[in-house]
Amino acid sequence: MTDHDHDHHDDHGSELSETQLRVRALETILTEKGYVDPAALDAIVETYETRIGPRNGAVVVAKAWTDPAFKQALLGDATKAVAALGHVSKVGDHLVAVENTPERHNMIVCTLCSCYPWEVLGLPPVWYKSAPYRSRAVKDPRGVLADFGVALPKETEVRVWDSTAETRFIVLPMRPAGTEGWSEERLADLVTRDSMIGTGLARKPGELAQ
Amino acid sequence: MSSPHDMGGMDGFGKVEAEPNEPPFHASWEGRVLAMVRAMGYAGAWHIDHSRFAQETLPAHVYHSVSYYQRWQLAMEKNLVARGYVTPDELAAGHALHQTKPLNHKLTLDVVRAGMARSSFFRQHQAPARFKPGDRVRTANINPQGHTRLPRYARDKQGVVELIHGCHAYPDSVAADKGDDPQWLYTVVFDGREIWGPDADPTLKISIDAFEPYLEPA
Repeated sequence: MTDHDHDHHDDHGSELSETQLRVRALETILTEKGYVDPAALDAIVETYETRIGPRNGAVVVAKAWTDPAFKQALLGDATKAVAALGHVSKVGDHLVAVENTPERHNMIVCTLCSCYPWEVLGLPPVWYKSAPYRSRAVKDPRGVLADFGVALPKETEVRVWDSTAETRFIVLPMRPAGTEGWSEERLADLVTRDSMIGTGLARKPGELAQ
Repeated sequence: MSSPHDMGGMDGFGKVEAEPNEPPFHASWEGRVLAMVRAMGYAGAWHIDHSRFAQETLPAHVYHSVSYYQRWQLAMEKNLVARGYVTPDELAAGHALHQTKPLNHKLTLDVVRAGMARSSFFRQHQAPARFKPGDRVRTANINPQGHTRLPRYARDKQGVVELIHGCHAYPDSVAADKGDDPQWLYTVVFDGREIWGPDADPTLKISIDAFEPYLEPA
């Protein structure tokens, strides 16, 4: 993170960071040795920059809010339920959806590294992979939530899921009040990335315009 | 290993600071690193657990002082050299100098979509599952020098099996080049006070995904 400011200038042709040079050299070596195809690398980068992001998960959540049968299927076997939707990228075999209720708030972390449901949420944000989040989420989740401006009722159970294996978790946040009769598409606009990690809540209707 | 990557419960790292409208990558090299790692994984050069273990075995001060994708880069270089795909003199020269070590696959443009799909970690079980949801278990007290998914904070603690996720490749074995050694995988949930003591938030429950060898009946 320390060299981000510096790296922002990389693509403008100014001086290159040591890391940028080192990565370029490695790509040259791997290409010359025939291990990688630069065009395929471009396609991978482009996919993560433009196609795979939290909108995929928001669509899943909005559907669960409006379709009780889908919600039941999602909570029973998220891999199958999400794959059946067909409009998000192929999901791995090990997706689990966990439901927030007035009694229980779920929060996802990977204390050992950065496990995250890429297919439905895209690449994890820097904070998710950072030491402050990984160290505190399991010990002081309410303190972490306060960092995000979220305060839960004192009696709500806080359940932290540490993704220590290949299982990937997505939180099904609570549907905000005042959204009766909304279309799935409109509801999906309320579903933030953080609400599917459990460090946020879904937006309220009044917060949409902001 | 109980290396700096095993961070659960550590103090002193400060507040969580989110970046508004964060881009997927903060510099173009980050995307190249991610893509190269994916391509080498598709090629079968090493397993994802080898990538993780290579990060975990970086010197502690390096692990803490470099960025996330720098860790990926350093781990990739370690695996490339350790497994004979690239030599240190090639890294220094920035060009290929020696023969290529054959790989079974290559991630080319026509297979990118397939190559980006997440692989399955399900494996055929060797024995019936030892535990079922509701069983009380105690986690092992282990401090191995190799790769493990049992975090320090959850060792020698009593919890309850909540979910069975099937039988999976066992990372502790895979990372040691000892094969898949399939093991049943469970979500085990602990009371916050079991982990952090009587001062813990009484509403806190924490779960880990625990492979069967980590667990004994309690």
